[in-house]
Amino acid sequence: MLDLIIHQRLYIGSIALFILGLGTLFLHPNLIKKIIGLNLMDTGSFLFLAAMGYMEGGQAPILEEGAEQVFINPVPGGLVLTGIVVAVSSTALFLSLTCRLYRRYHSLNLDDILMRMWSGEDKVEQEEDQESNPVSEQEENEEPK
Amino acid sequence: MLEDYEAYLKYVADHPKVSFEDFRKKREKKPRQAPSVVEEYDESEEDAAMEAEWNEGHIHRMKMWQRSYAVLSVLVSAVVLVFFFQVSIQLPPFGDPTNPDLNEVTERYIEKGLEETGATNIVAGLILDYRAFDTFGESTVLFAATMSVILLLRRPRPVKDSPIPRDRILQMVGLVMIPAVMMFGIYVVLNGHLSPGGGFSGGTVMGCGLILAYMVMGRSRLEHYLTPNRLTGVTVACLCTYGVLKGYSFITGANHIGWEVPKGKPGAIFSSGFILPLNICVGIIVACTMYTFFSLFSERED
Repeated sequence: MLDLIIHQRLYIGSIALFILGLGTLFLHPNLIKKIIGLNLMDTGSFLFLAAMGYMEGGQAPILEEGAEQVFINPVPGGLVLTGIVVAVSSTALFLSLTCRLYRRYHSLNLDDILMRMWSGEDKVEQEEDQESNPVSEQEENEEPK
Repeated sequence: MLEDYEAYLKYVADHPKVSFEDFRKKREKKPRQAPSVVEEYDESEEDAAMEAEWNEGHIHRMKMWQRSYAVLSVLVSAVVLVFFFQVSIQLPPFGDPTNPDLNEVTERYIEKGLEETGATNIVAGLILDYRAFDTFGESTVLFAATMSVILLLRRPRPVKDSPIPRDRILQMVGLVMIPAVMMFGIYVVLNGHLSPGGGFSGGTVMGCGLILAYMVMGRSRLEHYLTPNRLTGVTVACLCTYGVLKGYSFITGANHIGWEVPKGKPGAIFSSGFILPLNICVGIIVACTMYTFFSLFSERED
């Protein structure tokens, strides 16, 4: 069993990363930490894909003249590239949404935000928000540089 | 009694038909309205009490929900952990050449990749020739993320200047580092079909160079050249170029109609068809996206 675990260490490491990220995403009340957890999950899946594509004694799939070589699987490389791009995009989107939440509630704690949202304390601020929005749109319309 | 009578005299001037007895009865009724005020007060107090009770119940429900949520999430995590652990133990051994993922698809990519795409970097040939529309979709995802971040983080008033203080050491190091970083990024992009790298990694390096320039020169001076509108325009132009360049697959597709892109000599910089211009497009898109993200997120929150 221990030999098996040591031999499959990359798979198990990727699963450990994934579960760490999942736990952080579920249990941490801070929104930024939740996003970090999501990124940990991404990293775990990338490590798993890269480990699946590896072959003993294989090299990166870049051809050279005259050499008889064994190459690793190039497909997981492309998949991981796609995954990284999507992870970066979604992280930026989540961070900007967190910025908007912070601007309105002045807190990053999800429990605080939910309490204030459900108890209706934010109604006054909502009105302020609605008041300030048309102003911003007007100002943006005024400067179409 | 006397006060009553004086009040009656004043009252009778307006209402002559009311007798003194009736007036007294009315006067006696009036004080009964005072308790009604107290009752109203009681009601409002009751309302406040009810509200507090409701709030307490709300908080209680919230706490219960949080507790059950924590228990549930720990349970879900544990189940997923056990399941994944079992699966990873029973997977085919790590690094074995007979693994089922090294099947005929991989063989085909490695054996015919150079012949069919002309790129010595098989991953570049894979993502920019065989699966080029997938990469097109990725670039579009980046563009969509940039647009949504701009929409979400736009400020009512323009921010005055860069929140990062201009530093003498940073300026002198940047003077040396920015050209080197940009040159390395361009090198990685241009050699994407020959060596490790490509549009995404080289674009990230170029984006780092732009971010360094932002830190050294300050927001106002760099935004003189790199306005958000210009960056968006460049990104859209690159996306359109990508789509048009890759659209030739619809013409010279499986039927081999007419003209094919010359592949060139393998290993030369001008080889492998459209992979080089596609790499350049992707690199510019990624660099613009990285710079836009940094410049939007580095605005100070008031």
